Amino acid sequence: MEFLVSAAIGLLTASGLYLILRPTTFSVVLGLTLLSYAVNALIFVGGRLGASAPPLILPGTSGHADPLPQALVLTAIVIGFGMTAYLVALALKAKGESGSDHVDAGEER
Amino acid sequence: MSHLPILPVLIPFLTAGLLLATHGMRTAARRAVSSASLVALVVVSLLLLSEASDGIIRVYRLGNWPGPFGIVLVADRLAALMVTLTAMLAAAGLLPALSGTDNQGRHFHVFFHLQIAGLNGAFLTGDLFNLFVFFEILLLASYALLAHGGGLPRTSAGLAYVVLNLVGSALFLIALGLTYGTLGTLNMADLALVLPKVASGDQALVRTTVALLAAVFVLKAALLPLGFWLPHVYTAATIPVAVLFVIMTKVGIYALLRVSTIGFVTAPFTADLLQPWLAWLAIGTIAFGSLGALAATRLSVVVANIVMISSGTLLLGIAAGSMTGHAAMLYYLVNTTVVTAGFFLLADRVSRQRGAATDVFEKGPRMAAVFATGGAYLILAMAASGVPPLSGFLGKIMVMQSLQETSTAVGAWTALLLSGFVVALVLARAASTFFWEPGRADQEAPTREPILKASSNAASTETALIGMIGCALVITLGAAPISAYTRATAGQLAQPAAYVDAVLGDSSEIGRERRP
Repeated sequence: MEFLVSAAIGLLTASGLYLILRPTTFSVVLGLTLLSYAVNALIFVGGRLGASAPPLILPGTSGHADPLPQALVLTAIVIGFGMTAYLVALALKAKGESGSDHVDAGEER
Repeated sequence: MSHLPILPVLIPFLTAGLLLATHGMRTAARRAVSSASLVALVVVSLLLLSEASDGIIRVYRLGNWPGPFGIVLVADRLAALMVTLTAMLAAAGLLPALSGTDNQGRHFHVFFHLQIAGLNGAFLTGDLFNLFVFFEILLLASYALLAHGGGLPRTSAGLAYVVLNLVGSALFLIALGLTYGTLGTLNMADLALVLPKVASGDQALVRTTVALLAAVFVLKAALLPLGFWLPHVYTAATIPVAVLFVIMTKVGIYALLRVSTIGFVTAPFTADLLQPWLAWLAIGTIAFGSLGALAATRLSVVVANIVMISSGTLLLGIAAGSMTGHAAMLYYLVNTTVVTAGFFLLADRVSRQRGAATDVFEKGPRMAAVFATGGAYLILAMAASGVPPLSGFLGKIMVMQSLQETSTAVGAWTALLLSGFVVALVLARAASTFFWEPGRADQEAPTREPILKASSNAASTETALIGMIGCALVITLGAAPISAYTRATAGQLAQPAAYVDAVLGDSSEIGRERRP
């Protein structure tokens, strides 16, 4: 399972990076979204992989799930979502002002 | 427990909320609220500075949770210094905005105060994840502030800036995820305790993690291969925003300094992490900034490149890794922040007085107040290029002295001296165009659209400019007490044990479950 999860995170990161390096803002936004998925998954498994660890500490149980990565990943998701929304708005504004979806559309040439 | 350490975060945060809630308010009332909050912030930061100067590290535990489980704010000498510098810079940025640029877009004051809250939070927090959260707060506010005023150049610069910083944030999160996964803590003081105990099998992973953290910080500080965004962004912003942005590169430098002095040095496998590359990249940054200044065709671009040069100089101080290096670099930090902020204000003044020629290096109409502007230009140019006797010279000499013992001393000295020469040359060339080659008053207006929108009513901009020049002179005349403070700060940084004691106290012995 460790290999599967880490390979999935690696694949997501690689695809995200590839898309970020594309010249249109739409692919950049998609790439950043993929990258943030990869990051969120990585933070989440920072609390170790486990299928049946109890989420609460009850008398008589041991090896409960680590609650901190869950809190961290929640914060990261919210921030990532807000930032992506802002980026989409900014990309639309750039497209409206320059008439092009190219990332360098507003550059002086 | 005194509530003072949280006030520099709380005041701007509440102000931003208040301004957002009462959005229908008249402009005059909005400006009054914004200014009053800033005055309160300046007072609180000065109080914090005077409290911190006794050398006691004050820890504010939110919700009174004991460390390392609770969230802490730590007000030591370094944090207090940075908070005070932020408050001064915010005042210098807000004043010119009051003269009209704040109405060029919506919610200027809201974002301005949010950015201050993010900055102060980043300087005060004692927890890596909260550092990330405050980074995001200040970045989100900076995205909106950069776009303030509108226009395609700003949108385009903003797009690149946002994408770059989102990738930076992703890297930061990866580093945090790995830190928590390997070390089991994100509290900076706890990090210092845990790092030396890392099992030898995990050391490579931890080293990579820490290197990722450093990469994120130097991205914010605009170190060479990651610094190409800086001149573009700073020149696209409106003047008040550019002034406040001067402190943004210093956040990266602060974070690198903080984490390296508390965390990196405590374990042998991370202590030498910065040594092999930081100094050379810093020298490269100085060289790139100097070339950028030589190639610039307008004053604001030159100033943006001076910000880059100063980033390189500051990172040289960190790369030295010694107490004298830190002390020198902190004095230079105070000086360069004030001087470059003042120079952005001066670029605005020049461009206002030259009409359509703005601050481009070409013949323009004769300036009205040529002696006042020229005098201000002379003082700031001397301080920025490091010509004696002003503070820029003192700061550079201190940094150079602290580098004497390091292996990169020859390269660093060459870079610092040459960059000073180049900046002096560029600024002198610009001055001779601005002040000695005035064209006719009825000269044809160039077709180029001004990037810097000159403010309409200038009285408050003048006040801010005079204030910054005054600060530069105070830093020069008060060099002894200020450098005594920065030396004491460096001394405090050299004793991570005191920081750990203050944050964790007795709770450092709390037994923690061994992680698989």
